[in-house]
Amino acid sequence: MTTTITIADLNKWLEDVLELKGVKIEGDFEIELVDTGAGVDSGVAQAVGYEAIQIAARLTDLAGALGYDVGSIGSAFAPLASPVSPVSSAIPQELIPATFEVGTVSEWKHGIEEVVLGATSSDGGTRKKTVTLGGENALPFYFDSPMPNPNHVSIDVFDMPIGMARAVRTNYEDVLEDPAEWAKKVVSKFGADMVTIHLISTDPSIADTPAREAAKVVEDVLQAVDVPIIIGGSGNPDKDPEVLEKAAEAAEGERCLIASANLNMDYQRIAAAAKKYGHAILSWTQLEINAQKELNRKLMKQCGIERKDIVMDPTTAALGYGLDYAYSNIERIRIAGLIGDAELNFPMSSGTTNAWGARESWMAASPIKDDSDWGPREYRGPIWEITTGLALALAGVDLFMMMHPTSVQVLKAVTDMLRGAGAGEGGGEGEGSTNGGGAAKIPDWVGMAIE
Amino acid sequence: MKINSPLQAYEHLPKTNCGDCGEPTCMAFASHLIDRSRNVGDCPPLTGVEFKDNYDTLTDLLAPEIREVTIGTGDHAITIGGDDVLYRHKLTFFNKTAFAYEVCDTMDEDELVSQVNKIQNFSKFYIGDFLTLDAVAVRCLSGDADQFANAVRTVMETTDLPLILCSLDATVLDAALEVASSRRPLIYAATTDNWREVAGLVLTYHVPVVLSAPGDLDTLKSLALTFASIGIRDLVLDPGTSPTEGLRDSFENFLKIRRAGIEGQTDIAYPLMAVPMTAWAELDGVSAAYWESVLVSIFTIRYGDIMIMHSTEPYSLLPELHIRDTVYTDPRKPVMVDSGVFEIGSPSRNSPVFITTNFALTYYTVESDISSNDIDCHLCVVDTDGIGVEAAVAGGQLTAGKIKEAFDSAGFDVREKTDHGTVILPGLAARLQGDVEDATGLDVMIGPPDSGRIPQWLESKWEK
Ligand code: SF4
Repeated sequence: MTTTITIADLNKWLEDVLELKGVKIEGDFEIELVDTGAGVDSGVAQAVGYEAIQIAARLTDLAGALGYDVGSIGSAFAPLASPVSPVSSAIPQELIPATFEVGTVSEWKHGIEEVVLGATSSDGGTRKKTVTLGGENALPFYFDSPMPNPNHVSIDVFDMPIGMARAVRTNYEDVLEDPAEWAKKVVSKFGADMVTIHLISTDPSIADTPAREAAKVVEDVLQAVDVPIIIGGSGNPDKDPEVLEKAAEAAEGERCLIASANLNMDYQRIAAAAKKYGHAILSWTQLEINAQKELNRKLMKQCGIERKDIVMDPTTAALGYGLDYAYSNIERIRIAGLIGDAELNFPMSSGTTNAWGARESWMAASPIKDDSDWGPREYRGPIWEITTGLALALAGVDLFMMMHPTSVQVLKAVTDMLRGAGAGEGGGEGEGSTNGGGAAKIPDWVGMAIE
Repeated sequence: MKINSPLQAYEHLPKTNCGDCGEPTCMAFASHLIDRSRNVGDCPPLTGVEFKDNYDTLTDLLAPEIREVTIGTGDHAITIGGDDVLYRHKLTFFNKTAFAYEVCDTMDEDELVSQVNKIQNFSKFYIGDFLTLDAVAVRCLSGDADQFANAVRTVMETTDLPLILCSLDATVLDAALEVASSRRPLIYAATTDNWREVAGLVLTYHVPVVLSAPGDLDTLKSLALTFASIGIRDLVLDPGTSPTEGLRDSFENFLKIRRAGIEGQTDIAYPLMAVPMTAWAELDGVSAAYWESVLVSIFTIRYGDIMIMHSTEPYSLLPELHIRDTVYTDPRKPVMVDSGVFEIGSPSRNSPVFITTNFALTYYTVESDISSNDIDCHLCVVDTDGIGVEAAVAGGQLTAGKIKEAFDSAGFDVREKTDHGTVILPGLAARLQGDVEDATGLDVMIGPPDSGRIPQWLESKWEK
């Protein structure tokens, strides 16, 4: 009678046999490897080889266990000492030495423009601090080239109380009626590098505040804080040109960022005001790289805006609500800039506050019946804003407009850490030449107890 | 992939245009091989004996730069790696990052079972589907082989999800593999100290293995070369995840390894493991959980193929699942859906008429909010160039004129098709109310700012 078993089966069987104490085997046994005719490719041969080695090793162990002298047989398969590794004869004694090497990206030859916001007294303004955006020669935090300037955060302030998620509102309850106090609070308490004053009450469908009155609010905010500011309209394409013009005039010489010019409005009027009163301009398009090129081109060629005065906002969609489009659009724009597209190599800004539009950030519970429990919303909101901002920081955004103090704090901490302390002094480049690093700072997590 | 044009793939096809693959021509099929939407095996003639050489050649030419590794068995098996590009817009990323959440062998049985259930049962609805977690990582804290094997057995009895077995002691791993090897777990890890023993386990049990060399890429490459030399190629590389101070170094190591792999250094072209749970070594509570999610985002975007986390709080899982979906969604999928007026459920003359945009995400969100709550209505989808409501109102792609045009070109006369003659604008388009009334002559109501609130809104506002 013939029983056919596979080599793997035999191996398995021998493994079991090894565990039997005092087993008796009578007679000889023989192993025959038969080429089945299908052709034995190298992979199979290799696999068969391993199995055969294991079988041999096990037979040897078995023979030893049964009291045979295996010295002479054993030498063929040595070393067999490790109980864990009866197959060790296939394994070399030493690691094959290797050196890891990888190059930098050669086509990233064209730097991103550097844009300075805010003017100190030496430049005819009254700011005590300025903010420098851009200047990169590589994707964010890449070792190819140090990142000269850190990421910056501007916190949103509105010229009237607005609806906002509860987790955000609790931080601003005491200042909602007073934009100047609001601005002071975000700088002194929440570490904002800049303040964005949104003149939303100017929208005809909201309060239709006259442009002249809105400009006063801008003056108040400039009085209240000494950081650079961003002046935002209401988003109404018909009213914004007038509002931003008046605001730009009121802020003359302070080198604000005027937010924003868009293809669907009278961008020329806004650009003219920014130019006349010495401000930079935010070039805002909607998730479309070609539109961004077009608007930048028009701002430069048609309106005479200088390269050092352009920041782009290619639109931020929230995590779960189009962030994939926003992410790739921004990454494409940054890479295009780095490889030499002179219509796209400008610093970028993100309206990260849009994250609060995602229902996961503010809704008490999921509206979908079959969802797992969403848990307490006060923790969901800030991490939604952080994740949205962080993804775009990795794609190429330099400046973040945000709202929740915790989000601001975490985003600044992580981007500073990724950039590396002293990267501006060439630290990043130095590290780029080593092979790995940071070993000492990697915790042993396998056996780590967590409370 | 070693080739990048359809013509290069076409060379090796049967060139008969037989149509068995469902494509009109071999050339069409070839272009789908290059964009990786079809596989070599989808051409039936090619699988025959006479084309065996062509089949093998094509398979080799089309193999992704980063090796694919499968963990687990059956329906729950996960495949990681398989990428061909460094930036998702260049093609798409394949095989989304596998998310494993940890348990340990010092948990008592009830605790262990309940945590594993939490991991396997969590699900988040998202545009027509559920986002879920992929694997359970079992860590040995006891140092005891039997205790670890018992914990692994309990986990296996509770879930079919793939496992990662974590211990640096080969004896402990051996005991667990006795129990679990048939489930093809990933074992963590071979290091410079234990690599010979762990290689022995891999040869015995045929399981994928993680190679770990914290912060040392020369050694990591050396381990990979050595394992490959003895035929072990189902490898995952762990260059170490430093949570705070060394984060920049860890980030850099991920960039370097993946860049080398995509550029053709096959010695190191394996999937990468990140371990965001290292955040818990330096922080605790919500701070640790937040920081862990931060690490998940960073390493999902920059090249982590599998990772191990601790927190299963919803505020951790929701952003983690969504950032992964963000990164792995195929950027080639259309941004827009068709515009028009559509029936959801079986609308009557009294059913509401909602307005939204043709941005795919907006549309699918609104559509699922309506249909999952069994609401019958008409949904008017306006062509806003694929831009969402808020941005389209601001940017002028959603206007009264566009809305009127959407109804007109769909031949949908609201007054004729309903008794109420009313349309409902999204809450975020409230400022268009007057304009829409003027342009259409219809009654215009303002709906909720988030379509998730439509059921409550209908209850309190809709009386028609
Ligand atoms: S099945 Fe194969 S041979 Fe037939 S058309 Fe498709 S690619 Fe060509």
